[in-house]
Amino acid sequence: MKSKYRYVLPQILALLASKDLFAKATSEPTRYSYAAALLELGGKNPNVVSLDADVSKSMKTTMFAAKFPERSFNFGIAEQNMMAAAAGMATTGLIPFANTYAVFASMRALDMVRNSIHYPHLNVKIAASHSGITPGPDGVTHQAQEDLSIMRSIAGSTVIAPADPTSTKMAVHAAAAYDGPVYLSFTRDPVPVLYDETFPFKIGKAVLVREGKDAAVIANRDLVVQALIAAELLAKKGIDVRVIDCHTLKPLDEQMVLTAARDTGAIVTAENNIIYGGLGSAVAEVLVEKFPIPMKRVGVGNTFAESGPYLEVIDKYGLTARHIVKAVAGVLKRKPARSAKSPVLPKANVRAELRKSKTLAHAGGKH
Amino acid sequence: MAHTPMSIDELKRMAGIIRCDIIEMICTAGAGHPGGSLSATDVVTALYFRLMRIDPTNPDWPDRDRFILSKGHACPVWYAALAERGYFDKKHLATLRRLGSILQGHPDMHKCPGIDMTVGSLGQGFSVGLGMALAGKLRKKDYHVWVVVGDGESQEGSIWEAAMAAPKWKLDNLTVILDRNHLQNDFCVDDEMPIEPVADKWRAFNWHVEKIDGHSMEQVVAALEAAKDRTGVPTAIIAETVKGKGVSFMENVADWHGKAPCLEEAGKALDEIRRCFCEI
Repeated sequence: MKSKYRYVLPQILALLASKDLFAKATSEPTRYSYAAALLELGGKNPNVVSLDADVSKSMKTTMFAAKFPERSFNFGIAEQNMMAAAAGMATTGLIPFANTYAVFASMRALDMVRNSIHYPHLNVKIAASHSGITPGPDGVTHQAQEDLSIMRSIAGSTVIAPADPTSTKMAVHAAAAYDGPVYLSFTRDPVPVLYDETFPFKIGKAVLVREGKDAAVIANRDLVVQALIAAELLAKKGIDVRVIDCHTLKPLDEQMVLTAARDTGAIVTAENNIIYGGLGSAVAEVLVEKFPIPMKRVGVGNTFAESGPYLEVIDKYGLTARHIVKAVAGVLKRKPARSAKSPVLPKANVRAELRKSKTLAHAGGKH
Repeated sequence: MAHTPMSIDELKRMAGIIRCDIIEMICTAGAGHPGGSLSATDVVTALYFRLMRIDPTNPDWPDRDRFILSKGHACPVWYAALAERGYFDKKHLATLRRLGSILQGHPDMHKCPGIDMTVGSLGQGFSVGLGMALAGKLRKKDYHVWVVVGDGESQEGSIWEAAMAAPKWKLDNLTVILDRNHLQNDFCVDDEMPIEPVADKWRAFNWHVEKIDGHSMEQVVAALEAAKDRTGVPTAIIAETVKGKGVSFMENVADWHGKAPCLEEAGKALDEIRRCFCEI
């Protein structure tokens, strides 16, 4: 039988159904994958500079500093100064990568990120580790469960949350090739290497990683692997779910969302981010306006989390495969019987809606 | 680009013309920040008409000196200087803060030629200038970065983050001019949140510090020229100024921080400025 999976490594497929995927799979925090990609970029492009704020050892951007000391700048614990200085460097044609933790990048220095980087659309890449509740042990002050929502709300922003080390490296190169601000979200804790090198990373293009017809799970960053595990659990119950790696939160791949909605009739979103304003909200906005169908958001609720081992924390706060399974079961119950499948828009209308939304997006953007 | 740097007397006259532009612009707009524009006028005039290596016909020239008015609300002085220097037609000055204008309420680098950085949220322009100076050193360019910081703005924490950083990288291509006009939006700086001893603060952050009368064109020019030539260390010029300088009823009055003069007040202000500055 032809595999339902695309781009997922065979060794991951072999482990998906087992309980110890995280123990057995080759894993790496994506902050390290970022640092490796930044080092490569440094060799390719002399305009790439690396800016740190006292977490260069944690993010391993010390590798860049060791190889390109003249292009590495440590600002100390001063994220606001670092972000605005990055903007200044970008005005001269440099491509600054400003490295810090997501709470500081998206909140402490948000005024600089909005006014000095995004408003003038300067070519700064914000590299944010410890995004979402990926720093399990560090506790709430370092768990940036809002960063993606905040960054998504800024005009002209591009927000990327890659799922694994392979796609992270691709995302870093894509961000460098894009002219304008990009927010890159990385994990503190290790996530499995999911994909092979054929993974087609393109900013704004979500990737279908598992075929399925009963429902679609749209996930990002560290919850993509949870969605894949959930798909296996559901398959055992005879439920066939599509899994989409929506690595780019903004601009959202509306076509992928609408196609999934039309093909499956039920959507679950999964994000390690508060449910307000992130992936779930973005998908819901598209569905409500263009193709309303049963939908459920899996994400952090109206609460702060706590310290603990990463997998235990995300399980306690409702972000693991079993929560996705439950959500899928829930939307399937709400899904109208096939014969009365509604409301189904004619395909032509969906396309027209898409054209309209694209036109609007272009009118608003300045690239 | 042929431009003969102005003499001190010519600079004084130009400062008068720019002050008149400021009053006219803000009166026409019906809103804006006259006080802090007038206090910074002499410094900005000296920079644009004598000190800076710039080419108004090529505002994005990579080797140009950069100027950032970190206290972006005082942009009428920046717009007036750019217009008088030929970056754009003076007719735009009458469009300040209007829909579709190149002259936004706070400056937008993509809308207005000559604006080197979008500013407005206080405490950021200085850090941006620091980044430009770092880039200049990295690329072995000999441009200079000039940043005007407000004294009220100095209450922002990020000012001191940048102040700490510049000497680390020996940014002698970066000069900060502190527009010490003693007033901020609400009250007197020294009542609201004292910044003194401000010169000692900059010295303690390892800057070379000069204190000058920010309305003495002779002192302004001398301090700026010395800063440009200084090596190994960034310079902070504490320019002692008067908020609303040149208009008697605006001078040292906090209410004129962000209020537009009516037609009658503007007429009186223009008369005073012309008497004072334009007959030099």
